[in-house]
Amino acid sequence: MNIHEYQAKEIFRKYNVPVPKGGVAFSVEEALEVANSLDSNIFVVKAQIHAGGRGKAGGVKIAKNLDEVSLYANEILGKTLVTHQTGPAGKTVSRLLIEEGIDIARELYMGIVLDRQSGKFVFMVSEEGGMEIEKVAAETPEKIIKEWIEPGIGLQAFQARKLAYALGLEGVQVKQGSKFMFALCTAFNASDASLVEINPLVVTSSGDIMALDAKMNFDDNALYRHADILEFRDLSEEEPSEVEASKFNLNYIKLDGNVGCMVNGAGLAMGTMDIIKLYGGEPANFLDVGGVASPETVANGFRIIMSDENVKAVLINIFGGIVRCDRVALGIIQALGEVKVDVPIVVRLAGTNAEEGSKILADSDMDFIVAQSLAEAAEKVTAAIEE
Amino acid sequence: MILINNDTKLVFQGITGREGSFHTAQMLEYGTKVLAGVTPGKGGQKTDAGVPIFNTVQEAKDQTGVNTSVIFVPPSFAADAIMEAVDVELDLVICITEGIPTTDMVKVHNYMIGKKTRLVGPNCPGVISPGAAKVGIMPGFIHKPGKVGVISRSGTLTYEAVHQLSSRGIGQSTCIGIGGDPIIGSNFIDLLKLFNEDEGTDAVVMIGEIGGTAEEEAAAWAQENFTKPIVAFIAGTTAPPGRRMGHAGAIISGGKGTAADKITALRAAGIAVSESPAGIGELMEQILNK
Repeated sequence: MNIHEYQAKEIFRKYNVPVPKGGVAFSVEEALEVANSLDSNIFVVKAQIHAGGRGKAGGVKIAKNLDEVSLYANEILGKTLVTHQTGPAGKTVSRLLIEEGIDIARELYMGIVLDRQSGKFVFMVSEEGGMEIEKVAAETPEKIIKEWIEPGIGLQAFQARKLAYALGLEGVQVKQGSKFMFALCTAFNASDASLVEINPLVVTSSGDIMALDAKMNFDDNALYRHADILEFRDLSEEEPSEVEASKFNLNYIKLDGNVGCMVNGAGLAMGTMDIIKLYGGEPANFLDVGGVASPETVANGFRIIMSDENVKAVLINIFGGIVRCDRVALGIIQALGEVKVDVPIVVRLAGTNAEEGSKILADSDMDFIVAQSLAEAAEKVTAAIEE
Repeated sequence: MILINNDTKLVFQGITGREGSFHTAQMLEYGTKVLAGVTPGKGGQKTDAGVPIFNTVQEAKDQTGVNTSVIFVPPSFAADAIMEAVDVELDLVICITEGIPTTDMVKVHNYMIGKKTRLVGPNCPGVISPGAAKVGIMPGFIHKPGKVGVISRSGTLTYEAVHQLSSRGIGQSTCIGIGGDPIIGSNFIDLLKLFNEDEGTDAVVMIGEIGGTAEEEAAAWAQENFTKPIVAFIAGTTAPPGRRMGHAGAIISGGKGTAADKITALRAAGIAVSESPAGIGELMEQILNK
């Protein structure tokens, strides 16, 4: 799960990670209220969307007085920002973060991510703050300094010092930087985060270290033990059909193509998308209906797939393991009694009782295109689109 | 075959759970020796199939001599269940449970360093050595005894590949679902090492997917060390970046973990990669007939 910058900064504050003074605003009036309370003569108006690259897209403005706060808040609220992370459709801004302006001496980078290879979290810093860190990692990996966090022991003081020196911190800043890192680790661990990134982390002209930006992602599997973080979920940032699907425990991701697909199992669902593309089609979605594929699940799957107007045909690919294909076939027929699907449906059943299942579909009075193999299914569904 | 065989003596952790009796019956029917179950608080009872239940894995091991465990407990208790099995030095632990928090698995991963036990999974369909033993949730009947090993991050996509092999008369030595999570017990390299040593395996199918760099690492290792042919498929060529595709580990992040990168790395290592998920069996047939 992703959260907004202002929410990540709330978590930072709770664990004593220094951040600029500020607050969230949903309207121009609220923006002015927050600005008024800040006791500053320079302000930053920041669009709050779940994507990076906001500055370049015009979503971050410096205001020199309250009139400018009002001007920029008005300009950014309701605006659609297109950044390298939003996709071409962009994201509409409905929340702002209003902060005091900070006099910046240096911009740095700091982050904690999972290193799958070692099975540990890794603490990363770089002097190349304010840049796209993916770019730094690809072009000049030596400029990212890493320390692995030992599970159960945590980040050690010598590691924090090493990272602080790597950041070019000097004198009392080394101690301050270490303290900052320990606080960040505590915030990270306490919330079962899967990623934290501060880009930029700044050294102010008075020598203080502060998180100017804050990004946190969380492990969905751990959210059951963090009710407070679950409250940060902003449904307006998510695709409505995906939110709907999640209510039915369906794993759905909307894509741009026109072939809807319904598959049991995540790997096979990806493989089915890939083969549709190989045969010249474009998948409209990823949908894993899980192991059971009951009539109810299938009906909900149809509802979600057909809510996408671009869908011109549907491919159902079920590999019956525990679930029997004859039951799945009956489930599909029952579901179609509940949900109207007015595009061609190609069904491919394999595994347990696949033949019985295919026969049930062929004998029904509904118009299925039945396929035996995965390749045949992909061929038939792309042909159905072209007709 | 590797990992499991006729000598596998199984303890089922979470045997009284929702899926316990069904999968116990399925595994017994396949011929797997399910000798014990563990559910704390239900020690002394027996399951419908007559399998004795113990309170702890230690008791189960002491009284029945089990050497392998399969774990079906809910995600919030699964890390603890794995560590309990590791603590009593079973040879192998296969964790089926999906949805274990990553931080729990970081703990488990660290706990297992220097221990005797091997872990497969979590979030996997399990392991099968066709004709000998099945420890997991895969449909036994699609498999056929033979000499091709299968290693996969997926569940049903593995069944698809096995189905393609079996329908061409190509049997399998052992098929392993290694799991779709970011942190797993055994990776491609760990198992390629075992297949390399196994006289009953002539070739290996490797099914990867987007996310992480396990396939790239396996490709580099195999080029230097693996002596048998490999056929690979990578799922997720069409997956968008930044989205978790069902499996917790299947996500392209920070430009890393794309299918294209993995396919390039595998081909550079001389591994045959099938473009299509429907072409895995055919490609293996071609290679075996060479």
